Amino acid sequence: MSFRAKHLLGIEQLSPEEIETILNLSDEYVDLNRRQVKHSDALAGLTQINMFFENSTRTQASFELAGKRLGADVMNMAMQASSVKKGETLIDTALTLNAMHPDLLVVRHPHSGAVELLASKVNCAVLNAGDGRHEHPTQALLDALTIRRKKGRLHRLSIAICGDIAHSRVARSNLILLGKMENRVRLVGPPTLMPSQIAELGVEVFDDMREGLKDVDVVMMLRLQRERMDGGFIPSEREYYHRFGLDAEKLSYAKQDAIVMHPGPMNRGVEIDGLLADDINRSVIQEQVEMGVAVRMAAMDLLARNLRASSDEGVMV
Amino acid sequence: MSDLFLTNARLIDPEAGTEMLGAIKISEGKISEILTQDIEKAIKNFPVGKVVDCSGQYLAPGIVDIGVKIGEPGERHKESFRTAGAAAAAGGITTMITRPDTTPALDTPEALEFVARRANEAAPVHILPMAALTKGREGREMVEIGFLHDAGAVAFTDCDRVVESPKVFSRCLTYARSLGALVMAHPQDPGLSKGAAVTSGKFASLKGLPAVSPMAERMGLERDLALVEMTGARYHADCISTAGALPALQRAKDAGLDVTAGVSIHHLTLNEFDVGDYRSFFKVKPPLRSEDDRVATVAAVASGLIDVISSFHTPQDEESKRLPYEEAASGAVALETLLPAALRLVHAGAIDLPTLWRALSLNPARRLGLDAGRLAVGAPADLVLFDPNTPFVLDRFKLRSKSKNTPFDEQRMQGKVLKTFVGGIEVFGA
Repeated sequence: MSFRAKHLLGIEQLSPEEIETILNLSDEYVDLNRRQVKHSDALAGLTQINMFFENSTRTQASFELAGKRLGADVMNMAMQASSVKKGETLIDTALTLNAMHPDLLVVRHPHSGAVELLASKVNCAVLNAGDGRHEHPTQALLDALTIRRKKGRLHRLSIAICGDIAHSRVARSNLILLGKMENRVRLVGPPTLMPSQIAELGVEVFDDMREGLKDVDVVMMLRLQRERMDGGFIPSEREYYHRFGLDAEKLSYAKQDAIVMHPGPMNRGVEIDGLLADDINRSVIQEQVEMGVAVRMAAMDLLARNLRASSDEGVMV
Repeated sequence: MSDLFLTNARLIDPEAGTEMLGAIKISEGKISEILTQDIEKAIKNFPVGKVVDCSGQYLAPGIVDIGVKIGEPGERHKESFRTAGAAAAAGGITTMITRPDTTPALDTPEALEFVARRANEAAPVHILPMAALTKGREGREMVEIGFLHDAGAVAFTDCDRVVESPKVFSRCLTYARSLGALVMAHPQDPGLSKGAAVTSGKFASLKGLPAVSPMAERMGLERDLALVEMTGARYHADCISTAGALPALQRAKDAGLDVTAGVSIHHLTLNEFDVGDYRSFFKVKPPLRSEDDRVATVAAVASGLIDVISSFHTPQDEESKRLPYEEAASGAVALETLLPAALRLVHAGAIDLPTLWRALSLNPARRLGLDAGRLAVGAPADLVLFDPNTPFVLDRFKLRSKSKNTPFDEQRMQGKVLKTFVGGIEVFGA
């Protein structure tokens, strides 16, 4: 098995082989999750703490379900409401956690790099559930799994990531992963929402949807945050939908069998047409949610195996 | 007063731009004689025990460092006059020009008196304070520039806070001009740079950090220079870090405006990629720039377009740095690393020692009208004796500064201060 990492902090640190290892195991967990008895003891006896310094319903639920199906003891800590407000620093939080002896720590934080900082101070395996605008590795992995299952491969595909690239950790993790697996990545969006010099990372940049979507295999839409619609980055919601919202007409420039993805939650009528989002022939948005649970199960399983291996070594020494 | 005879030294004269073997006699705190020949005879006539053989190492005017932050008043747990003074002496800095961005800001003659008193009690090197330009550094009302000028403020600056209103800033400049006071500013367009943690580009995009375009510096500088042209004030841009700002600076100098510029040692020796995995000790203001910008600013120092190199010594405790990058405090300590870091430029062949010394010593002293920075008969015997070559690995916990936030921790450096003299008295000896 080729997966040596202690933490899952980002796609940047993973090799293509490690990505494949996670995806292969994820396939097995997809099968398990479709059975009536959806349970394994892979994480039995281990403690998983979900620490969300930023609001999340879907990702947190997905991690919680993944942990429970693998038999872990799962605890959720809503950090916004607690000690952070009392002035506790991230390092203090890490020390407090160490005293609780968790095995897996799932962290979301509003600042880029914060999860890495926390990981350097705690004794357990850390999974990044999104840090600022930096990375959201399990989202990229679940997207990759969805693509691989729908397209039969995860290489030599042409994939367009569309919308608010600048503020999106999903876009960053995805473009790194898809690049590592040797796909052609296109970024499509208004220039105000495009990170500077992003083309140097080996992607093609478009500010026209029809050009950007031409002949692609996969269309990945991103959520546009409400607070960015007020004229600061784009003139208005309706102009955004007109120029960058995905509808059947714009999608017609993509390949006939192109799939449509969205990390959720969707703004229907802003970045994507409601009918298109529900079109079971094109949209794989529901599958993405299903794959999310399986990918998180696989990632936590693999990290737990490494955790056990390293503590066994510790005993021998 | 103890007389001294420093012999067998390589004398760096930044004024003449020369470097030659010779000896220096010190009498009553001043340089009384500079000899380059007949030294043997002179030694014989000098009292035994007062002759220091410099073993062929380098002797230069002490460094004059514009823009040192000391935590008094308000943040003495980060740095005191005593610890900063010891660090400066060990770093070959004989004059520190302190910043007014303390808590509270140094914006009254009374606060300035406190600094002057504390500095004289606690530090072995010269300390000269700058005062805030506006009350509380809030950019609204000018401070008592006249009183502060009389009380010994050598320049007026709101430090890294830009006076946003052109009207307020132009009035400050106009008023300062009538007193001949120097106004120092941190050129940066405040709107563009708001909330930024790094310079924009590939690195910022990859790491997902809020970024500011290097253009913000040029815009800030162009505005300031237009107001300087309008008011005729004396102006110093404290930290020019981008290639894009240099042509504007050149134009202003060519037009005869009373303008000078500085750069921090970190912007001359590090670039944006050194931040790496969100290492907050590399967070400075303005942010570390691209390699192209770094190379351009080094060339500008070599050509004299940028006049001054400063440490921008900014002590921060561990708590303010051990935070997610965006939340972490800006700034780095540099009193003890200024010289070895600057010598990197010499070892890399980018600049020669006398030219470097113009930027470290002569130019800042001249700009502030201080009797310092020269190797000349009659000049104060503020001197540094150093070995530019000795290699070492920096251990931040051995720094004399109270705060240890240096970006050079565990890095290989070259160059050590052997002795520092202030007014002919040895204040540091390795």
